[in-house]
Amino acid sequence: MTLAAATNEHLASISNVLIYSAMAVYTLAFFAYIAEWIFGSRSKVSRTAAALTHKGAAAARQAPAVTVQSKGGTAVLERPKVVTRSASGTRDVPDGPGAHGGDEQGDLYGRIAVSLTVLAFLVEAGGVLTRALSVQRAPWGNMYEFNITFSTVAVGVYLTLLALKKNARWMGLPLVTTVLLDLGLAVTVLYTASDQLVPALHSYWLWIHVSTAILCGAVFYVGAVGTLLYLFRDSYENKLANGGQPGRFATSVLERLPAAATLDKFSYRVNAAVFPLWTFTIIAGAIWAGDAWGRYWGWDPKETWSFITWVAYACYLHARATAGWKGRKAAYLALIAFGCWLFNYYGVNIFVTGKHSYAGV
Amino acid sequence: MSKTSQTQRADVQTHEETAHEETAHEETSREDAAEGAVQNDGDLREAGSQLSTAPVETAVPGSFGGPRAPGFAGWLAWTARETVGWARWFWRQLTSMRVALILLFLLSLAAIPGSLIPQTGSDELKVQDFKDAHTTLGPIYDKLGLFHVYSSVWFSAIYILLFISLIGCIVPRTWQFVGQLRGRPPGAPRRLTRLPAYTTWRTEAEPEQVRAAALALLKKRRFRAHTAGDAVAAEKGYLREAGNLVFHIALIVMLIAFATGQLFKSEGGKLILEGDGFSNTLTQYDDFKSGSLFSTDDLAPFSFQLDRFVGTYERTGPNKGTPRTFRAEVTYSEGVDGREKKTSIEVNKPLEIDGSKVYLIGHGYAPVVTVRDGRGKVVFQQAVPLLPIDANITSTGAIKVLDGYTDKNGKKEQLGFNAFFVPTFAGAGKGEMFSQFPALDFPVLALSAYHGSLGVDSGIPQNVYQLDTSKMKEFKDSNGELLKKRLLPGETMTLPNGAGSITFEKDVKEWASFQISQQPGDGWALAGAIAAIAGLAASLFIQRRRVWVRATTGDDGVTVVEMAGLGRSESAKVPEELGDLAAVLYDHAPGAPDDAEAEPDGVSDSDAAAAEGAEN
Ligand code: HEM
Repeated sequence: MTLAAATNEHLASISNVLIYSAMAVYTLAFFAYIAEWIFGSRSKVSRTAAALTHKGAAAARQAPAVTVQSKGGTAVLERPKVVTRSASGTRDVPDGPGAHGGDEQGDLYGRIAVSLTVLAFLVEAGGVLTRALSVQRAPWGNMYEFNITFSTVAVGVYLTLLALKKNARWMGLPLVTTVLLDLGLAVTVLYTASDQLVPALHSYWLWIHVSTAILCGAVFYVGAVGTLLYLFRDSYENKLANGGQPGRFATSVLERLPAAATLDKFSYRVNAAVFPLWTFTIIAGAIWAGDAWGRYWGWDPKETWSFITWVAYACYLHARATAGWKGRKAAYLALIAFGCWLFNYYGVNIFVTGKHSYAGV
Repeated sequence: MSKTSQTQRADVQTHEETAHEETAHEETSREDAAEGAVQNDGDLREAGSQLSTAPVETAVPGSFGGPRAPGFAGWLAWTARETVGWARWFWRQLTSMRVALILLFLLSLAAIPGSLIPQTGSDELKVQDFKDAHTTLGPIYDKLGLFHVYSSVWFSAIYILLFISLIGCIVPRTWQFVGQLRGRPPGAPRRLTRLPAYTTWRTEAEPEQVRAAALALLKKRRFRAHTAGDAVAAEKGYLREAGNLVFHIALIVMLIAFATGQLFKSEGGKLILEGDGFSNTLTQYDDFKSGSLFSTDDLAPFSFQLDRFVGTYERTGPNKGTPRTFRAEVTYSEGVDGREKKTSIEVNKPLEIDGSKVYLIGHGYAPVVTVRDGRGKVVFQQAVPLLPIDANITSTGAIKVLDGYTDKNGKKEQLGFNAFFVPTFAGAGKGEMFSQFPALDFPVLALSAYHGSLGVDSGIPQNVYQLDTSKMKEFKDSNGELLKKRLLPGETMTLPNGAGSITFEKDVKEWASFQISQQPGDGWALAGAIAAIAGLAASLFIQRRRVWVRATTGDDGVTVVEMAGLGRSESAKVPEELGDLAAVLYDHAPGAPDDAEAEPDGVSDSDAAAAEGAEN
């Protein structure tokens, strides 16, 4: 008994060390991303302006040259090449080159940053795992544990996107910055010594409901970063299209991001993909509440805000399917929806008391 | 269908659901015009029509009555036309996507106050505190229904409107979808080059051969395909629409299930001592509430007995005192006299009997006390359940000796004791009488004694846990103060002047309180929820798309194959799939040697066709 307790305490302290180490590695990654952005600023790319202002250039780029691969004189297609073009109404702007801006050294730093992020992710995941082992349950009993799991999952989502060869490296800096903030908050304000659960949390639904909730949050977060950058990039493109001259800093940064249309598409996909899972999370929560508290739905603040978040995302999806609401208006809705999620997480746990009072702060 | 409706555009009255697609384009093309790309190719528009069943804002207000004939009959006819016109306009507004959007947004806004202001549904006490603290705001909030937001008129209005809108939206969409399933994908537009994904090559195979191969291929890939003219037209991904409709219908099913649940549900509470039992009839409940259509005959006949309650608590560490297990061990029997079975009920594990659920919701202690009269005769011996007032189960309550007691003069009287109990006492002189730990480590019972009339015969319902001392007199101690004493198990407090005694026996029982609820419609709600998730996944992950394959003989007698793809929304999958199909078809119709650079016509046009509702 005491021996077990000692091992558990031992594991818990290993977990803490791992979390602090992960923070150190994330900090290194943060500086590497910064270096990528700084070196990238040396390149002079202004493809957006060219695409938007010089109609000729745009048209030339756009003309779908049916690529015919030549094989010594007689040209025979090896495989028909598909030409794509974007729908009318969308601005046809090429994606930016990424933070490194085509600069080789910048790219090198960027790669170092991604590698460091992978390392930090593994260390942090180890921290979450040892924490789980130390308490012998799912590591989601209080806000400290939520936070460390949440940032691990968010970084995991980012790395998964990279592994799937998606254009997502632009997200590195904002993501790692917020992960550091999140962890800083976790180890200072929210820290709770490792401990067991109150009876109401003892259920396999904990695994189902909370794990999906955290995953949804992480994915919504990634979507929100995309949406926010979309708004910036979109105003930038609008300004250029209207003949304006954005500031130098804005140009340097935004020019390297993907096109507004790409960012928009990215965040839509991310949000839409996770919406069914969020629906499931709420339903799973209701079933659990039915077992634990004798009612499926009681308009407890946490339940209410999950519902509000859900409706807000449904709003966003509807907005995208409604003429006149696409683009920026829908993007604002997406940000509001994420704001609801965030409030549900921090606001409700800390400021509002309800049955979901396990913040541990 | 879209062609005919196009001509009806000007006439508001004839706008039927069929007009949707055209207006969709009207909307998009207006936006396009703003961006300098005017889209006016009706042929392309046709290609993208009916790729979804999204309703479109068709409602246009205006004069519906038209010219008014003179006389009363004229006025009547005009008024009727006007009314019908406006009604239809209103209906269209209500069932439009835009209004659905606004209602959804309102619903989320309206849900906010309920999470910040205390609600009577969950915590009456807090509501009262709030009202006491905010004497001006309180009544205003009360009028606005802010203390019961989720059953308030305005909240209900929003969701009822939303669901009417939903029904009004789903019915025409379902018909439209059925129509699409019956019809065939539209033929190939003239200029395939302008579609979002396009490919072409020249082959020595005959056009008919190519078309036959394409048709076979597309059918094999489970497209709905047919040959129209010189091209094969195909479409796939109808499950998306089906999923979307299922999702929206499932929302309605869930709402109806909840509503019936509310109307027919019953919910009651019962506190049971270890060793005692309960059978499910109305009279046995401590408190009971039910939906407006519930009848007591609906109570399922079953009974159970609490054999033992087990509670354990964290002994050490910062979370000392936090509950670790709560378990009620029970014996139950289903039906009027069913076989007895043993089981345990825990916080996350309600007992389900015959459609009712028995939840464990609380527990506490019930010290066993014995009251004797002046002659030493036992007039009361019971475990008295006391109510916890804090997390360490400091408990209060009342001990009421209703009958059997006579004072030393032989006169009938009633006795009452205020009881205060701590399972773990801090020790004499160590602060207040508050429990230090929830388990029975150092139980102490503090009593104060009264005699007279308990007032239970007055007909006013009494709280069993509170003593009404208005018609009682205090027993006095030697100093003339109210007689009080702290008792350890086994100790006795003697009442003055030979009035008898009260003993705290060495036995403290535990009690558990249960909530027994019955709510029909749960199954439907769950089924609706599952259908909603499945439908949603289908609707968001399946792409509805069209593919056309045209094979014609070129000027030089060589066959030209053109393939194009169009998705409901612009997605990377459409070109990918087209490339895939093209590669397979290319094997059937391999490329012909090419002398001139193939440059399809019209490629320099910078606009391309878009499906309505195109996005991502
Ligand atoms: C009860 C509240 C509602 C919720 C939670 C809800 C939710 C959703 C969701 C999540 C989607 C998927 C979006 C997508 O395909 O990208 C959707 C699509 C859709 N909804 Fe709703 N909806 C609701 C009410 C309504 C109402 C009242 C209408 C009718 C006016 C409606 C019409 C549609 C249509 C037409 C689509 C398909 C859009 C498309 O094809 O892209 N919905 N809805």
